[in-house]
Amino acid sequence: MPPYTPLAVTSILMYVVLTVSWAMFCGPTRYMSLATATFFGVGMYTSAVLGERLPFPLVVVCGSLVSFSIGLLTGFICLRLRGFYFAIFTFGLNELVRNSVLWWEARVAHTVGRWLVLIDSMTIYYYMLAIVSLTVFVAFLIRRSRYGLILYSIGEAEEAAAHIGINVTRYRIFFFALSCLFMGMAGAVMATKWAYIDPRIAFNPVLNFTPVLMALFGGVGNIFGPILGAGVLTLASEVLLSRFPYYYMLLYGMLFIVIISFLPDGLVGLTRRWRKDRLIPQAGS
Amino acid sequence: MSIKLVFDVAITGLIMGGIYALIAMGLNLQYGVARVLNVSHGEFVMVGAFITYFAHQIFGINPLLSLIICGPILFIIGLFTYRTLFQYLRRSSESLDVFEGRSMLASFGLLYVIQNIALLWWGPNVKAYAYLSYPIRFLGLTFEANRLVALLFTLVMILVFYLFVVYSKVGKAIRAAAQNEKSAQLLGINVPAVLGFCFGLGTLLAGVAGSIVSMMQEITPLMGFPYLIIAMIVLVLGGAGNILGSLFGGLILGGVTTVVMYVEPGLSLVVSYVIFALILLFRPEGVLGR
Repeated sequence: MPPYTPLAVTSILMYVVLTVSWAMFCGPTRYMSLATATFFGVGMYTSAVLGERLPFPLVVVCGSLVSFSIGLLTGFICLRLRGFYFAIFTFGLNELVRNSVLWWEARVAHTVGRWLVLIDSMTIYYYMLAIVSLTVFVAFLIRRSRYGLILYSIGEAEEAAAHIGINVTRYRIFFFALSCLFMGMAGAVMATKWAYIDPRIAFNPVLNFTPVLMALFGGVGNIFGPILGAGVLTLASEVLLSRFPYYYMLLYGMLFIVIISFLPDGLVGLTRRWRKDRLIPQAGS
Repeated sequence: MSIKLVFDVAITGLIMGGIYALIAMGLNLQYGVARVLNVSHGEFVMVGAFITYFAHQIFGINPLLSLIICGPILFIIGLFTYRTLFQYLRRSSESLDVFEGRSMLASFGLLYVIQNIALLWWGPNVKAYAYLSYPIRFLGLTFEANRLVALLFTLVMILVFYLFVVYSKVGKAIRAAAQNEKSAQLLGINVPAVLGFCFGLGTLLAGVAGSIVSMMQEITPLMGFPYLIIAMIVLVLGGAGNILGSLFGGLILGGVTTVVMYVEPGLSLVVSYVIFALILLFRPEGVLGR
């Protein structure tokens, strides 16, 4: 196996985790969170700070817990926000965290970039495989349980859900934080792959929008949608990157526009339309 | 705390405030009226800056004169973008919420397209030109001429735009469409045309702001994003749909960030975000919201 393969697959796995965990909360509830990079970055920084002091498995656990806590806090702060305001708040949150970390690193820690303890790529691959499995499993469990129905009801008609006795506050905060937990877990592992992080890399705004695009591309009403979307798009972008290194971002942007314009329900939606089976409405419809 | 420092902060604050106001009013026209959260708005600022730069370097055109060239070019680009992309999205979306989400994501793709075309065509290097960078003595203090001229032109543009929005027929049509599209249509206003016009006007304002920025700062294809963030903060501060709110919001934010910049430079953006978060949480319709 050429050494590039585990690296490429790990990349795909990362996007799958981010997309599935984004869709875990934002799919059924139809809140568009644009803060994926924030929680991913938090996991990365936890890994950078703790990587030398604690064994790797513990670092990953800590990364996920820190992300979870910040997710709880964010979810709590955002309770009053819906739709557009929620989206731009999360968008701005990423910038806030990025600039705050930058300032802190420059002024207090005096080290704007951080190096990480190197871990060999096969280990990273296995960790990511485990994280993906865990994330998909949890997403599946949620969707099949009453919590999945609760989240859908929040998405369909939040006031009505509250009126029939669902504690919307509690579930909103918890499941938002849960999705952040997996993002942080992935971040803690991926940091060691990238080996060097700074605020611009860790809280990269592209990583906010990409999982959203991948989830929409794949189709959000279904457990396979985000996985498919993430897999196909990451593969496509790896191909683009290797064939057109200079035009890669340009083509990526164009791809974005094309997908949004012509595939509103995603790939899964294509088959659904064909099968005429629309029991559960998609996010954003 | 010398007098010179106070004047410096005041003038810089006014200039930055004016530029933020122009960019934010542009974004407000695009979101508040046409309902497109144009994440690529900052890139149009960058395009305006580059057009002015090249006009100056290649044709020797006075940057202030190139405001007249820049504006219409960007208006046409904006109108074209709206007609081809966003109008299609609007017609093919089931509801306004869906349209808002899709158009925001599409504009994110547009951001990457514009930014990378600029990077490929003009190169990633920082460029700058010197224009009126000689000092002027005023009230016994020295200032750079280009900053004073930039201040003057920013205020003139804002005044012109304010008069346009408040007193002209088109301006009233825009405000009517912003408040209630259906009623505006009932009054005989051609709403689809107004939406396209507003989008174009938004990019025009961005381009003009970029033009003015290029007189005072270095430019690079990556300069747009921070302006977008500030514009979004001002949008929320002034209230989406309230054009005049963005005007005053921009001036206020410009003043606040300039003051913070003199005290602790790294924190100016952080302070902006904190203001942003507080407004979103406690008064999302904006301080001057409708």
